[in-house]
Amino acid sequence: MAKTDTKTASLDRHGLSDDQLREILRNMLLQRQLDNRGFQLNRQGKVPFALGSEGHEALQAGAAMAFHRGRDVLAPYYRDLGLAVGIGLSPYEIMLSIFARAEDHNGGRQFPNHYSSKRAGLMSFSSILAAHIPHAVGAAYALKYRGESDRAVLCTCGDGTTSEGEWHESMNFAAIHKLPFVMLVENNQWAISTPLSKQMAQPEIWKRAAGYGMPGRRFNGFDPLETYDAVNEAMDRARSGGGPSLIEGTCYRYLAHSTDDNDMTYRTREEVREERKNDPVPRFEAILIEHGVMSAQDVEAMRKDVLRETNEATDAAEAMPYPQAADLYTHVYEGAWQPWQ
Amino acid sequence: MAVSSTSAASTLMNNVEAVRATLYEAMKNDDRTVILGEDVGARGNVFLITKDFIGEFGERRVIDTPIAEASIVGIAVGMAMEGLRPIAEIQFADFIYPAFNQIVGEAAKIRYRSNGEYTCPLVIRTPYGGGVRGALSHSVCVEALFYHVPGLKIVAPSFPADVKGLLNAAIDDPDPVLFLEHKKTYRLIKGEVPDGHYTIPLGKANVLKQGTQLSVVSYGLYVHWALEAAQNLEAEGLSVEVIDLRSIRPMDKSAILQSVEKTRKLLIVHEDNKFGGIGAEISAMVAEEALFHLDAPIRRLCAPDVPAMGYALPLEEEYMSSPAEMAQAMRDMVRF
Amino acid sequence: MATTITMPQLGETVTEGTVAQWLKRVGDSVEKYEAFVEVSTDKVNAEVPSPVTGTIREVLVKEGETVATGTPIAVIDEVGAAPANAPSAAPAAPAVPEAPPASAAPSAPPAQTASSNGARGNGAGAAADADAVLRGASPAVRRLAREHHIDIRTIRGSGTNGRVTADDVLTAARMGPSAAVGQAIASAASPAEAAAAPPASKAAPPSGTSTYGEPIPGTIVPLNQARRIIAERMVESKHTAPHAWSMVEIDVTNVWKWRAREKDRFERETGYKLTLLPFFMRAVVESLAAFPLMNARFTPDGIYVNKDVNLGIAIGLATNLVVPVIKHADQLSIKGLAIAGGELIDKARRGKLGVDDLAGGTFTVNNNGANGSWASAPIINGGQAGIVTMETVVKKPVVRDDDSIAIRQMMNSCLSLDHRVVDGYVASGFLADLKRRLEKMGPDGAL
Repeated sequence: MAKTDTKTASLDRHGLSDDQLREILRNMLLQRQLDNRGFQLNRQGKVPFALGSEGHEALQAGAAMAFHRGRDVLAPYYRDLGLAVGIGLSPYEIMLSIFARAEDHNGGRQFPNHYSSKRAGLMSFSSILAAHIPHAVGAAYALKYRGESDRAVLCTCGDGTTSEGEWHESMNFAAIHKLPFVMLVENNQWAISTPLSKQMAQPEIWKRAAGYGMPGRRFNGFDPLETYDAVNEAMDRARSGGGPSLIEGTCYRYLAHSTDDNDMTYRTREEVREERKNDPVPRFEAILIEHGVMSAQDVEAMRKDVLRETNEATDAAEAMPYPQAADLYTHVYEGAWQPWQ
Repeated sequence: MAVSSTSAASTLMNNVEAVRATLYEAMKNDDRTVILGEDVGARGNVFLITKDFIGEFGERRVIDTPIAEASIVGIAVGMAMEGLRPIAEIQFADFIYPAFNQIVGEAAKIRYRSNGEYTCPLVIRTPYGGGVRGALSHSVCVEALFYHVPGLKIVAPSFPADVKGLLNAAIDDPDPVLFLEHKKTYRLIKGEVPDGHYTIPLGKANVLKQGTQLSVVSYGLYVHWALEAAQNLEAEGLSVEVIDLRSIRPMDKSAILQSVEKTRKLLIVHEDNKFGGIGAEISAMVAEEALFHLDAPIRRLCAPDVPAMGYALPLEEEYMSSPAEMAQAMRDMVRF
Repeated sequence: MATTITMPQLGETVTEGTVAQWLKRVGDSVEKYEAFVEVSTDKVNAEVPSPVTGTIREVLVKEGETVATGTPIAVIDEVGAAPANAPSAAPAAPAVPEAPPASAAPSAPPAQTASSNGARGNGAGAAADADAVLRGASPAVRRLAREHHIDIRTIRGSGTNGRVTADDVLTAARMGPSAAVGQAIASAASPAEAAAAPPASKAAPPSGTSTYGEPIPGTIVPLNQARRIIAERMVESKHTAPHAWSMVEIDVTNVWKWRAREKDRFERETGYKLTLLPFFMRAVVESLAAFPLMNARFTPDGIYVNKDVNLGIAIGLATNLVVPVIKHADQLSIKGLAIAGGELIDKARRGKLGVDDLAGGTFTVNNNGANGSWASAPIINGGQAGIVTMETVVKKPVVRDDDSIAIRQMMNSCLSLDHRVVDGYVASGFLADLKRRLEKMGPDGAL
């Protein structure tokens, strides 16, 4: 792993405490570990599918720190493992989803990474890109409708999704009605095999904000603290009645889209290697060590603890039973299923 | 259609008035109810269904949306997931296609994919059907596109009393309901509507006329014409039973089977195209479950399989089935 | 494709018209623009030209009948539909019974149309039609026929193109097995076939075949509908009901005297002959009242004891067997039974029995003695518990109670019974009761 230049004059914590900084790092480590575990299980033949989020750790951990648990609503997409964990889903819940167990929030019905948790405020979503964004806008409307101040919807998507018509329609509506809504675009430069250059003529997505009549901002998605600042600013604006924002965090997708994708068919190893130099995880470890927030041993201990937690979650989830055949028939409508209905 | 004077217990009104009155009460009685769609606010809907609602309930609750059908439904889905009771309007059923993703891919699956953790109590209202010189984009029937989807409910009442009862039931329903209003019946069909709040359960057909020689199953505008044809055939000594489905999904299977077991002959009459229309599913079900009661092949009297009725009157008339055609089909089947 | 012709409006203010004369009959072909009916109003008489080329399928209004403008008066099948219609169209048309005498009609009588198919040969033609009927039977028809043990081929169809409908099956079921036979016989005796058959058989019969009435050794008598049904019914009865048999010898001397006293006056007053049969029937219905299980039938759900007593009389004709039924025979006096029986026998001999005459029998009597039979073991009519015969009356010396010897008229009566329904106890009780009643009848009394 290449070392990055971590020397900075001073660390702008954006008001975060040491504990919170450590919490951010732990979230990043946990995301990477759980992420990796999915691939390991896939290579072991235990799960048929895995979808990775390497490269997004700083962005998601920073964003999660700005999310008010128990009050805000999250409308993520399927690469937001770190965000899901960051707002309160446990590694056990993540592994239940990967193993498709009956105990999973979705009863093993959804692909892995398609989280849903009313308790945590995480809205159920599908694999259909941008379909969740009008939902997020509708939820934001409901919050405003009920006069629930100090609550906002954090909606995320990748760069690819911003091409969908429903993305546009949602942004427009959110702006018209000044909704408590933040559109966080996690720009990792690739939409499966489509580079940014083929997706949009204007590569800076945040600039569209002006077109909708809302504030926009771009930030370094490899920097969790800058991320926190951007998301916090936007969420605060939304919560206090200031209306929606479009914020864009740049990062990079280090892995292929999923286990069903071979990224060497559309990009080079060199490019990926080059981008690895900016890997946010070792980068933030180094920053915390450098600024005395943690020692190297602390970091090592944290890594080990994250591994332990991941292992425990894996074992516990794997031991749980699959849903049964009869479970296919529940929750079609309210009430019992009937044939020909 | 029985037309009588207004009594203390009911009011004479047409279908569009029935929709309006029902929506009004829903808005008054439940603060979680919001209406959204194109031109529903200031204009009060192109058929004046929500006229003056915005004045009484405010633009917070009666939302004029941009022209964006996908998000009209999608935003309503989000509202429903977050605890409101939205009633989304698609101005004409012909415009519903951009919202197909949100209706079929999302709304219908919210409860199922979250294992019951999230639900989508949403009503999507839309005028459909032809006979108004509406041509390609103001005449289609869309129920066949949607009734295939588990998780969705679809309702198509024909009489004002049914409109009110079923719309109330749809609004109360914890799952997404597509509420189809036949535009030609808006002002054409009048009937007594009981006062006060009531619901008609989804999935219950109505036997409009008893008969012994043939079962005719229909919905929408054609119910009225089929009923008229059947009543006239009494003078020729023919006894035809007419069933108004009212509810397309769930559909009243036992009413259909009970009728077919009595008459042994089934004629399905609907305005939509024949191939893959509602009649196809009914035919298959009856063949599966009542084959040995059938004394004649099941017949479907439907629109020919062309994309739409044309604007020119001969094209519209050729596409649609007239009461005389329905009567002849009934005669042929009784005499078979 | 069927075209319905309606009463035209012959004049601006005209609202109705009268069918003056049908120029075409059912089954006839007609060209487009060819006149097929003459219609009259109070203003004008007019010939109505056909709008299509085809065959007259249905005539809906009778000659002389007046209907409103626009009322359907006929149905024409456009070209292509004709051939299949012809055989069944003939018997269904109201015009047919008049066909043989109405040779004055300008168009060909329908009998010729029918015979063009009939002359193919009775057996083959009938078989082909029967198979078509089976193939075209709907699921409801098949199921109902199965449930009621009815051969679809024995039913005359009232549906389109002579289709057997579910209602037809249910009607046949209500009327009972012998009615089906009767229907087949009735259709076999229909004027159309009657018109067709004689020419075919009067000409030299096809070599290798003969008729039931004139069987030639070494030939095959083809099965007609009636014969086929009788065969099926007999087999079914024997295979379903375990037949047991019993006999009593009855002293009918006094009944004979009573009959002799009354017969001339009866024949004068009614025109019918007075035989021993009505006396016997009267005794039978009284014995049935005393032994209701003899007036019952076996069903899988239980023994159904009939409320009504509908007495069938087995009548052997030259070529087949019919069993017309006297309904509510228990409510008739001897005279009533004699008249009713006489009417039925007369109808049977003239081939005029209707479907109603043959329906609903609950018990059967067979007057077997005409040719000197002393005992017989008849086959039970399907759906009944027994059948009782009258054998020949013989003058015999018999030993009386006081050991004196006298010459008496003695007649055996034989009973075949369905042993699922009744045992010997009931059967012999019934016969003993029958004997007792007959021996008490006459020589005095009113009929």
